[in-house]
Amino acid sequence: MDFSLTEDRQMLSDSLTRYLREKYPMEARNAAAYAEPFHAPAHWEGLSELGALFALAPEEAGGFGGTGFDVSVVFEALGGALCPEPVLAALMASRLMTAAGEDQEALLSGAVKYAVAIGEIDAWYDVDAVATEAVASGEGHALTGRKSVVYGGQVAEKLLVAARLDGKVALFEVAAEAASVTGYGMIDGGGAAEVVLDATPGRLLIADAGTALADAVNAGIVALCSEAVGAMDALYAMTLDYLRTRKQFGVAIGQFQALQHRSVDMLTEIEQARSITIKAASELGGPEAGRYASMAKNLIGRAGRLVAEEAIQMHGGIAMTWEYPGSHYAKRLVMIDAQLGDTDYHLSRVMAA
Amino acid sequence: MDLSFTAEEQAFREEVRAFFAANLPDDIRDAVRKGGELTKDIMDRYHAILNEKGWLATTWPVEFGGPGWSPVERHIFEEEACRAYAPRIVPFGLAMLGPVLMQFGSEEQQQEYLPRILSGEDWWCQGYSEPGAGSDLASLKTRAVRDGDHYVINGQKTWTTLGQHANRIFCLVRTDPDVKPQKGISFILVDLDTPGIEMRPIKLIEGGHEVNEVFFTDVRVPVENLVGEENMGWTIAKFLLTHERTNIAGVGFSMQSLEEVKALARQVKRNGRPLIEDPLFAARVAQVEIDLEAMKITNLRMLYKAQQQGAPGPETSILKIKGTVIAQELKDLARRALGPAAAPFPGMLSANLAPAPEDAAHNAARYFNNRKTSIYGGSNEIQRNILTKTMLEL
Repeated sequence: MDFSLTEDRQMLSDSLTRYLREKYPMEARNAAAYAEPFHAPAHWEGLSELGALFALAPEEAGGFGGTGFDVSVVFEALGGALCPEPVLAALMASRLMTAAGEDQEALLSGAVKYAVAIGEIDAWYDVDAVATEAVASGEGHALTGRKSVVYGGQVAEKLLVAARLDGKVALFEVAAEAASVTGYGMIDGGGAAEVVLDATPGRLLIADAGTALADAVNAGIVALCSEAVGAMDALYAMTLDYLRTRKQFGVAIGQFQALQHRSVDMLTEIEQARSITIKAASELGGPEAGRYASMAKNLIGRAGRLVAEEAIQMHGGIAMTWEYPGSHYAKRLVMIDAQLGDTDYHLSRVMAA
Repeated sequence: MDLSFTAEEQAFREEVRAFFAANLPDDIRDAVRKGGELTKDIMDRYHAILNEKGWLATTWPVEFGGPGWSPVERHIFEEEACRAYAPRIVPFGLAMLGPVLMQFGSEEQQQEYLPRILSGEDWWCQGYSEPGAGSDLASLKTRAVRDGDHYVINGQKTWTTLGQHANRIFCLVRTDPDVKPQKGISFILVDLDTPGIEMRPIKLIEGGHEVNEVFFTDVRVPVENLVGEENMGWTIAKFLLTHERTNIAGVGFSMQSLEEVKALARQVKRNGRPLIEDPLFAARVAQVEIDLEAMKITNLRMLYKAQQQGAPGPETSILKIKGTVIAQELKDLARRALGPAAAPFPGMLSANLAPAPEDAAHNAARYFNNRKTSIYGGSNEIQRNILTKTMLEL
């Protein structure tokens, strides 16, 4: 049993955290996160150069990591700085390309941006329920359907699309320029896109992609949970700082027991969230990965909302402003729940198991 | 980052598991499984079985007759004990007084009392709380006045767990009423046979007899029964509380409770189907299962930290707060699973007419009894105060 980071992972964590703090502080983050293209190309390059993407893939795929704990370290650092770069899309694409045996040097170096298009308006979370269809067409395939809220889709050059083929869900690579892609910004920063496919050519990567897609989703969940843990730590620190310094009725508001006990409940849930994320990371790639990913995503959804709402309430009016950094953390923590399955969806998956 | 146990720890787990399989008598296992109060005979026999193996004083170093286990080994032992339906080790002599005597007691006290705790010759109970001193323990009023070679004790203690089986009690008493409350408290050992002591049972919410009131009227206690110096009782009390807080998460017991809830919900029918298939019930089970899964890791993280730093930190309060809430939720689910069959007093119906499975008859009583866990050992609100002090540094 060992709950410390390896030296390599600690170094990666430190270098990412330092980069984000020094080069990508809140003003720069907000400037990038809320204006087209909803990320900062210079910082995408900067993070890539630090190895943030290579850490997400195993050695045999050209990376230097790829385990759940590698994913965790990268995303916890990103979450702490509320980084809007489309790293989640890169992670999920990398998992799929590893499964497909595709070369991913261009992806891991950051040279080519990928997005993973699974969710649809009537099938946000359930991979089996996608309606987008593929048919054989000439040498390749043609895809028809609509993929909705594709994270990172606003800047991706390549799309990895889940679509039905011969009764199974298959995986295709589609050139973004061949599809109709409409990008937009998100309330919690960063960008996504609507992707409309109309007999759009696609290259078949995996004919029966259920297992590969489940693995990509599980990895994405570990990433989102780790991002949330990083964001919760940051928002909690801000809240404690505020309790220590904000004075009302002549005393620091942290003197009030009503707030003290609620701040302990925030801490308790953050520690529980950290624990279940560690567990999910340790199981990633194994036979129980889906079960523990669901447990983690459920708990993170509950804890994230609690921390966000309590932080806003305990700060009072200032946390309702755009100017206060805490408000952006709170938004991200609440909206993370809607990505890759929310609390209820994952609770029902745990129930069914 | 590595969540697996070492090969040595795995081997230790196997050894503990095999020990319980071979040495825990069936009648003790069944009594624990069925719930309800355990007899003194069962607890005495269980202690003797562990003592013979050298595993009774789980927190004691080898020099005092303990096994010298690491926090992780203790954790494994506790998990396996729960899994085997072994009783809890009665903590007052072993987990509380023993470490206090090792830290603060004289050599004579150590030599006299520690072996008698191991052998079962002495059964200790705790004289801490008073009717007017619960969470605010330092406000305690029981007086000890020096009179020659004796202290004369007058006052009242309460919530004295299993005092009905005990022959000795360790007490916090006020030896100086004229200083700050914390400064005038002493820690003293009292033989319950001393004239002037009366112990009365307190009947608990579920009808059980687990705790007692103890009245002291002009009780003369030799001065050599003082532990540490006069008026250093508060330091000892705080030391003891940190020991009381080990294994406070109760993860092993909750894991067992979860299995019981699931087994029960497979047996019981609702709307013509097993209760476990009812989505509302299943959702509550799943949610507490997730919280417990996280708690397991939180518990291990704190064990790891304690092992690295040599002592548990204030964040163990998290284990108490969340651990008790999880345990209580599980008891609630077990009670609700039975519906009205949880209501009859256990034992009042003949076995062949009982509406609930025999193992589950005590579920309502357990639910009510378990409400104590968020109150005792420093209530969950006191735990929040402790954590606040550390976090906010106000």
